[in-house]
Parts: sequence; C-alpha cells; structure tokens
Amino acid sequence: MLKTFKKGGVHPPENKRSADKSIEALPQPDIATILVAQHIGAPSKILVSKGETIRVGQLIAQSSGFVSTNIHSSVSGKVARIDTVSDVSGYKKEAVIIQVAGDEWLDTIDRSDELITESILDARAITDKILEAGIVGLGGATFPTHVKLMPPPGMKAEVLIINGVECEPFLTSDHRLMLEKGEEILVGTRLLMKALGVKRAVIGIENNKSDAIRNFRILGAKYPGIEVCALRVKYPQGGEKQLIKAVTGREVPSGALPVAVGAVVNNVGTVFAVYEAVMKNKPLIERIVTVTGNSLSKPSNFKVRIGSPVRQLIDAAGGLPDDTARVISGGPMMGKALPSVDVPVSKGTSGILVLSEKEGHRKAVKNCIRCGRCVGVCPMGLEPYLLMTLSEKRLWEKAEAEKVMDCIECGSCSFTCPSNRPLLDHIRLGKLSVGNLIRSRK
Amino acid sequence: MSESLLFTILIISAIGIASAVILYITARKFYVYEDPRIDRVEEALPSANCGGCGYAGCRAFAESIVKDNTLENKFCPVGGNEVMDNVAQIMGLVAEQNAPRTAVVRCNGTCEHRPKTKHYEGVQTCAIAAMHYGGETDCSYGCLGFGDCCVVCDFDAIHMNPSTGLPEVDDEKCVACGACVKACPKNLIELRKQMPKYRKIYVACRNTDKGGPAKKACSVACIGCSLCEKECKYDAITIANNLAFIDSDKCKLCRKCVAVCPTHAIIEENFPPPKEKPVGENKPEAAEA
Repeated sequence: MLKTFKKGGVHPPENKRSADKSIEALPQPDIATILVAQHIGAPSKILVSKGETIRVGQLIAQSSGFVSTNIHSSVSGKVARIDTVSDVSGYKKEAVIIQVAGDEWLDTIDRSDELITESILDARAITDKILEAGIVGLGGATFPTHVKLMPPPGMKAEVLIINGVECEPFLTSDHRLMLEKGEEILVGTRLLMKALGVKRAVIGIENNKSDAIRNFRILGAKYPGIEVCALRVKYPQGGEKQLIKAVTGREVPSGALPVAVGAVVNNVGTVFAVYEAVMKNKPLIERIVTVTGNSLSKPSNFKVRIGSPVRQLIDAAGGLPDDTARVISGGPMMGKALPSVDVPVSKGTSGILVLSEKEGHRKAVKNCIRCGRCVGVCPMGLEPYLLMTLSEKRLWEKAEAEKVMDCIECGSCSFTCPSNRPLLDHIRLGKLSVGNLIRSRK
Repeated sequence: MSESLLFTILIISAIGIASAVILYITARKFYVYEDPRIDRVEEALPSANCGGCGYAGCRAFAESIVKDNTLENKFCPVGGNEVMDNVAQIMGLVAEQNAPRTAVVRCNGTCEHRPKTKHYEGVQTCAIAAMHYGGETDCSYGCLGFGDCCVVCDFDAIHMNPSTGLPEVDDEKCVACGACVKACPKNLIELRKQMPKYRKIYVACRNTDKGGPAKKACSVACIGCSLCEKECKYDAITIANNLAFIDSDKCKLCRKCVAVCPTHAIIEENFPPPKEKPVGENKPEAAEA
C-alpha cells in the first residue's frame, strides 16, 4: 500500500501532455522585464540605474530584509528603464526593463554541464551561497529558501523532504527535471542536508511518475541517506503539510512551521537551483516552465530566462490558438488567469496553461445543497461552506475561530462543488481580511 | 367548590407576594447606576445606527459621550450640527461645529473613457475582484463597478448607473456616514465639504501612474500635469504621486481649474448649465466669497 496523506484530497484529470517532452532551452528575449517583487516578503531594492550596461548573473536588486531575496539579471544588455509594469495580478509593480544585447555572462559562473559532486563548503557557507543566489521556492509559493534553512531558535530539523510530487494537473517541469537532472538534484539534496545538519532526506514522488522514481532509485545508491518515497496519486499532495503527513505521518500543528515537526520541505526545482548556485556559482536566473493546454499544438517544457514575456513561451509552443479563453500562470487548480500575455515570467512561474473557450469559463453558480463534499475533500480538515458563509457575512472573528488562516488555497472545495460555488474566492477574501485583523491587533 | 377556589386564590397570591419580595430584593441588590443622560442623549440622536460616528450604533455613541464627558472628536454626521447642539445642551458642553460633508466618487472611467481590455467572470463583488485583479480595464486604480458601495449604504443614497457602470451619489440622501468609503477596495470615495446647492468640484481620478500610461488606460485620467495647481488662487490644489487633489475646505468653487484641465479629470457638478454662465453664476459666487 503506497503512502499518501489522510484527510480529503481530490483526483482531477492528470492531462500531463508534455511529460515526454525533454527540456528545451529557449533563446533570450529581446526585452527582459525583471520584477523586483518575485517572492514572498519585502520587495528587493534596485541597485542599477537607467543606461547601465549589465551582464548575465549580475545583481540588480538587493534583498531588503530577512524574508526577501536578491535578484540577478538573466540577460546582458542595457537597462532601458526602471518603471512599473502590470504583473500577474494586473496591478502595477516595480521592474527593471533591460534591452538585451549579446549574451555576456559574469566570469565567475561555470556554464559547463560537467557534474561536480564534492563541495568543501560548510553549512554556513552553503546557506550564504543560497542567500546570495536569490533562491526561492520554485514550486510556486516563492518563499525564500535561506529562511527555511535557518529554523527559529529551539527548533531542529530532523528530515529533509524533497518535493517531487507535482500534483497539479498539466504541469511536468519538475518531472522532466527529475529525469534529466537526477544526479544534480541528488547532489543538491546532499548540500541542503549539510546546510540543515540532517542525516536523512526523502524524495517524495507520486506513483504516476514511475520513471522518475526508478531513476532516483538507481542513482540514489551512490548517495547514502537519501531515500525515495513513492506516493499514491492524490491532489494536493504537493502541499507542504500534506507531503509531510504522507512521508512522515506527522501533522504540522495549526499556525506552526513545518520545522515544528522536524521537517523541511524543498521542491526539486529549488534543489536543482541550489546545486547550480553552490557548485556552479550560478544565481537563480533561469527556470523550467511547462507550456501546455489541450488546445495547444506543441506542449513543451522550456528552460526560460526569468523576465521573458509569456507571449514568447506560447509562440515557441505553437502559438496561441484562436479559441483561447484564458491563459493561466501555474496549474489549473491553483494558478491565476493572466491579465495579458505580455506579463514577464518570474521566479514562481511553474507553468503556462492555455484554456480554450470550452474549458476556460466559470459555470453558473447554484445554491448550496448541503452535500458536504467540500468538507470531505478539504485536506486541512476545514469546513469550506461555513468559511464561505462567514466571509460573505463579513464575520471575520468567527472565520478566524474556524481556522480560516489554515486554508492552503488548494481549490479542492471549489473543484468538487456540484453547485459550482466559488468557495475559494470567498475564503481567500476571508484570509485577507482576517490577516489584516490579526496585524491590526499587534 | 368554594374551598378549592379559595385555596387557588390564596396560593396564587402567596406566590405573587413571594415573587414580588424576591424581585424587590434582587433589584436592590443588583442595582446598577446608569447615567440618565445616556438615555436622553440617545433619544436626541437620529437612531440610524449607521456607525458613521465610529461607534457600533447610536447607543454606543451616547455611552461614549457620557463616559468621556466631552464632545471632542465626536460627531454624528447624520444629525449634523443641529443634533450635536442638542446633545451638547443635555451634556452641558459646547459642540464642535463641523461643516456637513457629502460623498463623491473619484473615478470617471465610463465605458467610453476607459475601454475594457480583460474579462472577469469571478465572484461579482468589488472586494473579491480587487483581491484577484486590477480590474477589467488597464487602469488598476479605477472603479470595478460591482457596487459594494451601494450594498453597504443604509440610506439608499448611492446607486450604480447602468449606462456608465459607475456609482452615483444622491446628495440629498447622503449623510456622510462613511460606510461606502470603507467598502470601496480602491479607496475611490471621499467625503468632501458640502457646498451650497450641492455644488462640487473634484478630481475624478485616483490613478497615480505617470501621465502616459494613465492617459492610455483612461482618456479622463489625471496626468499630474499641475496646470490646475498653478491656476488655483486659493492654494486648494496639491499634486502628489502624479495625482491632483482639491482640498474642499479651501476650494472657493471658482471653476478655473475645470477649464484648464487638459484631460477633463476635474469635474464640476450641480452648477447651472454653461449657457447661462456669465449671467447666472457670478452673483451667488461673489456673495459666497
């Protein structure tokens, strides 16, 4: 019997159309738009000015706090302007816009494909390298990785969990990375184990990626302390708390950090970025993005420079079909519809999903029939119908008591609702309002 | 027969007397002194329970006045100065005189001024739409048009105009309670000093982008050109973050700024129609100044 998390979960159609497409490196864009708020936490402070010539890998914005990251240029050329541009939300955010010229990399970056397995760096030096390289969680949440490696005093990590679940339908970027860069991921895992001071690491992979599981089982023999854990397919297994439950059987208490149960979770993409940062001196300037959709002619996995426009990715994957209703950044469950295809790829863009007119619209909302399915599928054990009602009635204190802040926004409730009720939209508003309420008390 | 009747009367009376004694003792023992002025102040208030004063309702407002024994920073926007004077009389204090205010919507992004570039089909409330997106147009500062402000208004004073897609304030009904100001996620509604005949001059824009992008997104956006600031003789206009603001406490309704605004972002309301301008307008204007 394969492991999985206990409470709730759903089984959306997998639609992994690009699973057998190997990673292609996409050419540089003509103009790169690099946002300065690509992560959770304080926006970074811009270091460059208009007209300055910069090279690939150069630091262009500096971390402005503990929960913040450095941002590096992904291209070489001249800074055309520093301006506000629409990001995924449609709101204007500050960005550095670079006119690309040539492909001049910093000399310190090792661009060869050669595998380096041994590092002489100690734990502190590895964490510093990660901090310097501006690495954030590449699964989509974009939480700065160095923060995870420095647990609050009194807490000690016991196990490092590598998230290779990729439970979102359609997305295959992590899957391809595990197949093509397996050994690098294992080295990266060793580095993170050293940084955290743990003896054990578990790579959690869902059973629908049996080739990746096999790959790691063969390669892993050389790397003691790293286990592979095959998991039963269930959404949202890639959620941090769900993965910890599935792998270790431990439940993260409400409001606590995963390290409270001794676990630290990192995505495989992040681990690969850690490998490149520590061994190759390469900051986080590229990421793997799946460009997919049922109507798209050439679903692909691309290695993309951060700051490339989404339009370039779609064009490379066969162009935008005529009957497109929505373009989603991320997967179909948790992704966000883009306001325009000109928004740039950021550190958190795990996929671009094109939805046709047939798929891309909301269905008519009907009344709640009290079937309780949303309660049954909630992986956090919440009562989504109640949270929605409390949010509609603006009863924030009650919503807080009903643990609205524990919601991981996986969307299982909205997915399963037979009346198509927009449960998650209201719960998100509840989280936002309760969050403001909690902050106002401080 | 008569005996049982007698018993019944006796028992019921005994219960009655015993209860009366218990009630009397309890009332004495647990007596809480309440300032009689609270009731009188509450009676003087309009009983709208709108929360415009910042308290949970008229009773809570009355309690706070009596408890603090001051009228400083306490004002009922619904009742205005008249009600506050009555309250002051009860309290034996002097009320602060506040000019009556009225709400204005600082967005003029109608369909023709601000074309839609996206289509939102999520939950049709401003709060949720604003949480997810900047709105259906290229201006991420403007009105979303789902009417959260109309839902919260207790006085039926703000309504969506279906032809423009923007809310409109009914000046006669608006009491400046501020419920719509809190409901608007884009902070578009502002309480401004009420002028004679409900005349208003204000910048109907909150776009803080630079001139170019602002004008591209909406033809009537404020571009922060500062022409109005230079034109104003009363220092009522300030420019901050590419956006002009007219201070209603300083504005003398001269309308010079309206004429110079290149994008027509400054709006005049309830003035006589332009044809009669030279004749009809000058007289009352001079009297006010």
